[in-house]
Amino acid sequence: MMKVSYYPGCTLKSNAKNFEDSALCSLKELGVDVQELKRWNCCGTVYSLATDDLMHHLASIRNLIRVKEAQTDSVMTLCAMCYNTLKRVNERIKTDPESLEKIHKFMDEEKVSYEGDVKVRHLLELLRDDIKFENIAKKVRKSLKSLKVASYYGCLLVRPKEIGFDDPENPRILDDLMTALGAKAIDFPYKTECCGAYQTVDKPEIIAERTYSILTSARNQGAEVVAVSCPLCAFNLDHRQKETTQKYSEFKKMPILYFTQIMAIALGCEEKDLRFDLHYVNPKPLLEQKGLI
Amino acid sequence: MRTNISKKQIRSNFVQKIEELSGQKLLVCYQCGKCSAGCPAVSQMDILPNQIIRFAQLGLKEELLASKSIWVCASCYTCNVRCPKGIKIAEVMEALRQVLLRKRCDHVEVPKLTDEEKVSVPAIALISNFRKFTS
Repeated sequence: MMKVSYYPGCTLKSNAKNFEDSALCSLKELGVDVQELKRWNCCGTVYSLATDDLMHHLASIRNLIRVKEAQTDSVMTLCAMCYNTLKRVNERIKTDPESLEKIHKFMDEEKVSYEGDVKVRHLLELLRDDIKFENIAKKVRKSLKSLKVASYYGCLLVRPKEIGFDDPENPRILDDLMTALGAKAIDFPYKTECCGAYQTVDKPEIIAERTYSILTSARNQGAEVVAVSCPLCAFNLDHRQKETTQKYSEFKKMPILYFTQIMAIALGCEEKDLRFDLHYVNPKPLLEQKGLI
Repeated sequence: MRTNISKKQIRSNFVQKIEELSGQKLLVCYQCGKCSAGCPAVSQMDILPNQIIRFAQLGLKEELLASKSIWVCASCYTCNVRCPKGIKIAEVMEALRQVLLRKRCDHVEVPKLTDEEKVSVPAIALISNFRKFTS
């Protein structure tokens, strides 16, 4: 049985519990033993871009030390922001011995020495490279053949280039997974356009504008749902449809699902693992109409 | 808009500081405009990303630090992956924000956010917003 060490991050335990539950149920169906780190803290959510700002890398480094304490050398994340932050911090430390030395001096209470030697992986990489999509296809119990899914990648799975695990301009990994699950993958030009991210706190009107452009584009290409992999994208594209509807009277609401929820449906997980109660736009009417739940 | 440029400004500590904080060589930019063409936030910007780089080359500190653009940029890295000269424009935006944040000029004032604003968004939104917009 394949074993993986898992770092959840803050939002997976609250607003994005639907992401976590559906991912864990799917991985169980795929025969993967997921072990959550015994201790973890927030990764910091964003990678510090200023060259001299080492302090803000510490939160991530402490998590990577926790991975080593769990006697493993790789860790899986679900959240795109955690993935990006942990991986970039790891790369920075690996290639910058001077910073590493400073950080070690600061964290002298940590028992395990850390050298940038943890492999940070996103669930999608594990599905594509280890389990492989063709094997996932064999485990599909409920074909999604009538569901038209536009996959939205956002920013942090694919950018910057050195961190992303697919083509930054034209990623296909989510579409390939959707196809393997039997759904109809819909390509659309806004799939890597930023949703506005944390601007949602102080400038929700910007998010409404982006949500309008992104979802209208997906709908125009024929999509019925949009699949996401980031809890912040999910919040913006789903919950901010309230503001979007107020701003654009002709806007039609559209359900947003984590790719893991779609996978969980195909692999035969129960509805309790999908946690539709956390959604703003209820995906149930569409899924019931399609005979998927 | 009339803009004064001078040797003094170009050779100022400000230009050096932005280069240091961002780790970028500003003069590498040849103003092709590809960053601005692909930026999803330009409609809300007063100084476009390529202009930010040009202003930074010229040391136009006041204009840059008063710009709306640096707070509209959400570090999505579209400019970074498209720049033909490999300049990390998002890092330059961060350096400009840092100059202000390190003087405690916060962009988002946390005490002024209502409970509703704080409760209605997930932790991931609050943490990243405060990391980017407060000191």
